[in-house]
Amino acid sequence: MLRLSTIAALMLIAASAARAGAWDDTLAEARGQTVYWNAWGGDEQVNAYIAWVGEQVAARYGVDLVHVKLTDTAEAVGRIVAEKASGRNGDGSVDLIWINGENFAALKRQDLLFGPFTESLPNFRYVDTAGKPTTLNDFTIPTEGYEAPWGMAQFVFLYDSASVPEPPRTIPAVLAWAKAHPGRFTYPAPPDFIGSTFLKHVLIELTPDAGVLQRPVEEADFAAVTAPLWNWLEAIEPHLWRQGAGYPASGPALQQLLDDGEVDFSMAFNPADASAAIETGRLPPTVRTFILADGTIGNTHFVAIPFNAAHKAGAMVVANFLMSPEAQAKKQDPGMWGDFTVLDVARLDAPDRERFDRLPRGVATLPPEALTPVRLEPHPSWMTGIEAEWLRRFSS
Amino acid sequence: MSSAGLRLEGVDLSIGGRQLFTGFSLQVAPGEVVTVMGPSGCGKSSLLSWLCGTLDPAFGAAGRIWLDGVAIDDLPPERRRLGILFQDDMLFAHLSVGENLAFALPASVRSRHERRDRVAAALHEARLDGFAARDPATLSGGQRARVALMRTLLALPRALLLDEPFSKLDPDLRRRVRRFVFDHARRSDLPTLLVTHDPADAEAAAGPVISLTDAPAGERVVTWRERRRRLA
Amino acid sequence: MLRCLPALTLALFLGPVAAGLLGTILPAFGYLPALGGERLSLEPWRQLLAAPGIASALRLSLVTGLLSTALALALTILVFAAGHGTRALAQAKRCMMPVLAVPHLAMAVGLAFMLAPSGWLVRLLSPWLTGWQRPPDLALVQDPYGLALILGLVVKETPFLILMTFAALGQVRAQQHLRMARSLGYGPLCAWLKVVLPAVYPQIRLPVYAVLAFALSVVDVAIVLGPTAPPTLAVLVLRWFNDPDLAMRFQAAAGACLQLIVVVAAIGLWRGGERALAWLVRPWLVGGGRGGSGRPARLAAWTGFVLLLGLALGSVLSLAVWSVAGRWSFPAAWPDDLSLAGWSRQLGAVAAPAWTTLSIGLATTSLALLLVAGCLENESRGRRPGRGALTLVYLPLLVPQIGFLFGVQLLLVRAGLDGTWLAVVWAHLLFVLPYVFLTLADPYRSLDPRYARSALSLGKPPWVVWLQVKLVMLLRPILIAFAVGFAVSAAQYVPTLFAGGGRIMTLTTEALSLASGGNRRTVGVLAFTLAVLPLLGFALAFALPAWRFRQRRAMAAA
Repeated sequence: MLRLSTIAALMLIAASAARAGAWDDTLAEARGQTVYWNAWGGDEQVNAYIAWVGEQVAARYGVDLVHVKLTDTAEAVGRIVAEKASGRNGDGSVDLIWINGENFAALKRQDLLFGPFTESLPNFRYVDTAGKPTTLNDFTIPTEGYEAPWGMAQFVFLYDSASVPEPPRTIPAVLAWAKAHPGRFTYPAPPDFIGSTFLKHVLIELTPDAGVLQRPVEEADFAAVTAPLWNWLEAIEPHLWRQGAGYPASGPALQQLLDDGEVDFSMAFNPADASAAIETGRLPPTVRTFILADGTIGNTHFVAIPFNAAHKAGAMVVANFLMSPEAQAKKQDPGMWGDFTVLDVARLDAPDRERFDRLPRGVATLPPEALTPVRLEPHPSWMTGIEAEWLRRFSS
Repeated sequence: MSSAGLRLEGVDLSIGGRQLFTGFSLQVAPGEVVTVMGPSGCGKSSLLSWLCGTLDPAFGAAGRIWLDGVAIDDLPPERRRLGILFQDDMLFAHLSVGENLAFALPASVRSRHERRDRVAAALHEARLDGFAARDPATLSGGQRARVALMRTLLALPRALLLDEPFSKLDPDLRRRVRRFVFDHARRSDLPTLLVTHDPADAEAAAGPVISLTDAPAGERVVTWRERRRRLA
Repeated sequence: MLRCLPALTLALFLGPVAAGLLGTILPAFGYLPALGGERLSLEPWRQLLAAPGIASALRLSLVTGLLSTALALALTILVFAAGHGTRALAQAKRCMMPVLAVPHLAMAVGLAFMLAPSGWLVRLLSPWLTGWQRPPDLALVQDPYGLALILGLVVKETPFLILMTFAALGQVRAQQHLRMARSLGYGPLCAWLKVVLPAVYPQIRLPVYAVLAFALSVVDVAIVLGPTAPPTLAVLVLRWFNDPDLAMRFQAAAGACLQLIVVVAAIGLWRGGERALAWLVRPWLVGGGRGGSGRPARLAAWTGFVLLLGLALGSVLSLAVWSVAGRWSFPAAWPDDLSLAGWSRQLGAVAAPAWTTLSIGLATTSLALLLVAGCLENESRGRRPGRGALTLVYLPLLVPQIGFLFGVQLLLVRAGLDGTWLAVVWAHLLFVLPYVFLTLADPYRSLDPRYARSALSLGKPPWVVWLQVKLVMLLRPILIAFAVGFAVSAAQYVPTLFAGGGRIMTLTTEALSLASGGNRRTVGVLAFTLAVLPLLGFALAFALPAWRFRQRRAMAAA
């Protein structure tokens, strides 16, 4: 293991001299390409940011970026798999894909990704791989250069402080609160990623030895480990919004319910989401955020390039731009999106550091010290079974 | 003046500002056939529509209709009890011949048995015994015309309106159907109003004839004999 | 050239539909070599039957499909029976056109905005009437019984059936039959039901079946208004097609076949119901009962109709209001502040899909119109194939989209055409052409042939007569057919998704990707644009001939 990584390091050093020239070639090749970026399109702020990226890469590198808006990243994964199956090994329809977790694991396992390529992106050197280990380990799966990090996420709960003075901060307390306030709590229906992540929190907190979740599910007794999760979910179901007869379709749908006052809580994978929504009138100004006493899951989201992408050079140019200090600072601006950076800000040049220091913290955003501890994602193999079981139990 | 029969009083009819006729009055006694003649467009069919209460709202109409001494012009069409026959026999294609007749029978004839008998009797009268189950589309023109009349009579109308009902029949058939219709109208003692542009119809009706073109209002009622004298 | 058009049109249609069906049925039995399925097996069906939620999804599809069609038909019949010959009915016809024009998805989103527990209706009644300071915890949309879905379908399908009935009435001499029945003493409502309905129903049977097939297999409306867990069968099948686990494709194909079976069975059931009903009502039909004045029924019909129109209007209005809403908290009946921020922020996001919608719609409809007019002209010159063969163009309306589009997608992928603009145009054509045909066939066939004959006798060549006489005289129906075709194209979701490979984004696909939870202001902007584009088309279709023929009284609108 050690030997392998040493060899890899040596190869990298050898390659670095050639790298500058190689990158110029990539830039030249990318010019004039149209990059189809398949990315979840369910949030208008994210869409606006992607549109901004499109303008930037068009102006700077002559790359025409098209945002293919997905309702679920699995759609694009399915498309890549289908293209492989029908023998379409070049000229694929997906050039770049916003991805992490299960979807990445699935594509990587089936050798459907192009790479490794992240090391060859000039901006990768600013990434805080030491301080933010999830930039190299996606849901416990080593990225190995097959996906480039572009944002940090941490799960937070949103609540309306006007109607909930003191939010529950443990999973059992959530159940007690729901019992006391029937119809005022719910979560998005898995496999929506917010909904699935909520289940992970329940699972982690109710599993005595959380370490078992870091290993593939095959090494554990699925039924025994997940039993407390199902007990908890079944206990809370009758007290949920609509008695559990329906679940919101996504995180934004849940947020709309909070805005309408149909429920008292929402969830987001971005600590700054609430502030941005208050800013634009999409949530009442009294909304605040909190995390569980034992912390919440944090992870990194990435972009990857399918094995058969038609415009790999253009895709790499976009991936590299996404990691640039400028693009990262723009993304972290609560007025834009508020998504946290993957970079090590301390290592940046003064002007670039300045970009981050200038950013305001929103009214509902927790300070960094309040966002700890950060919990790790379980091994992705767990969620396949859990999502299927959830559908079986609560969706029929 | 007897109150029995059909009486029209001071009828005005206009379309788009054009007066078709004004102050038109007319009396039809039970068992009598009055003929209204005129070229197409003179408003004679519209007159029947107005009598039935189904005149297109584009027309303007005023006047009174008395049936056996009762004013019926403010009643909805279905309560006027005016039976009508059109140029087309208007047999319902989705019903058999017998069902077409049963359709007209009042609901007060309740028992299925009696309804069947009444239909059979009507068919017999039309010399169409055994035709009950037939599709109207398989009947000849004369047969259809007879069924149409029987249907109208089964609804027990108190007057009969004839809107050029013979004009689509060939001359030989026309004569026979005409006789069949007039015989039945007289036998049922119904006041009958016929509109037509065919002088032969008027002659066969053998009643008063009113021409809607050549006479000023009020002087239009002429008997057939007078008319023949004038023509001669 | 003209002679080949009908054959070409049918080939453009039946070929792909048949191939698409085959491409769906084979994988349903395990055969899809590209995915490693090389042997026929029943395994996909076993998986399908064991899939979670399949039984409830099936039940939900059947209940919502049959019930919504029955309700839409009942309301249509009631409106005509109660209003035949009245001025109000003639005006109702005018109101139906815009409702028909607004794509299903836009209407569904607007309805959701209206009906949700935090929707406009509850806001208007709260808290003064209901006492609700917070939205009630009631499933008013996406309810487990599918009631909101049924309502949404009724709102959209009733106008279609009403317009189809108007067209059919002209062919059955309804007016004269009605007069006859009333002179026999029948009340207006009873007369219509006993005399006109039996004659007119065979004429609208095909549209009714199309509505039934649509309601049973609709995806976009079901996603917005239907329950989520489980959804209807069509939505469930679409989810499986999109599953990253390729093995699910087999199960999805089996599900698509099941959807096909459901539609065929439901149409069969409906046909059986028609016959049973016809037999059952026979004694009533000829029993001599005359019915009353029909005033209560008239009241019911107009209440239903006005409610329906109000919902449709309110839906589009709520889209407009949300698109300019600033902060809008419950239970305020009106936004705290209005702003155009949503529009200015989303202008870029709306412009591109709006342009795509427009270009695809215009191209598809032009093509459809060319083919349809050509086929009808060919028919009017007495050549084969005649009417019988041409009714085959209605086939895509009766086969559920999801039942053959997967197979079509495989074809497109093989041809390397998937995800192209052209592929989407062609996929839309499958659904636009039947509607253009449905709209144009009657006026075209009833145009007095003596106009063309007398022009020909003046020595004009047939092409000139066609262009300068027939098409000009038919300008109004042609433009209306165009507007209908465009509205149909703009509304397509599943065909755009399958043929466009996700790359071709129209207002419908964009709006749907956000509808399930996006910011209502953004959804409002998208859905309102989606609603307005076809409306503009209809406005033009009415305004242009009025201007062109402003001095020709005989060409005035009927």
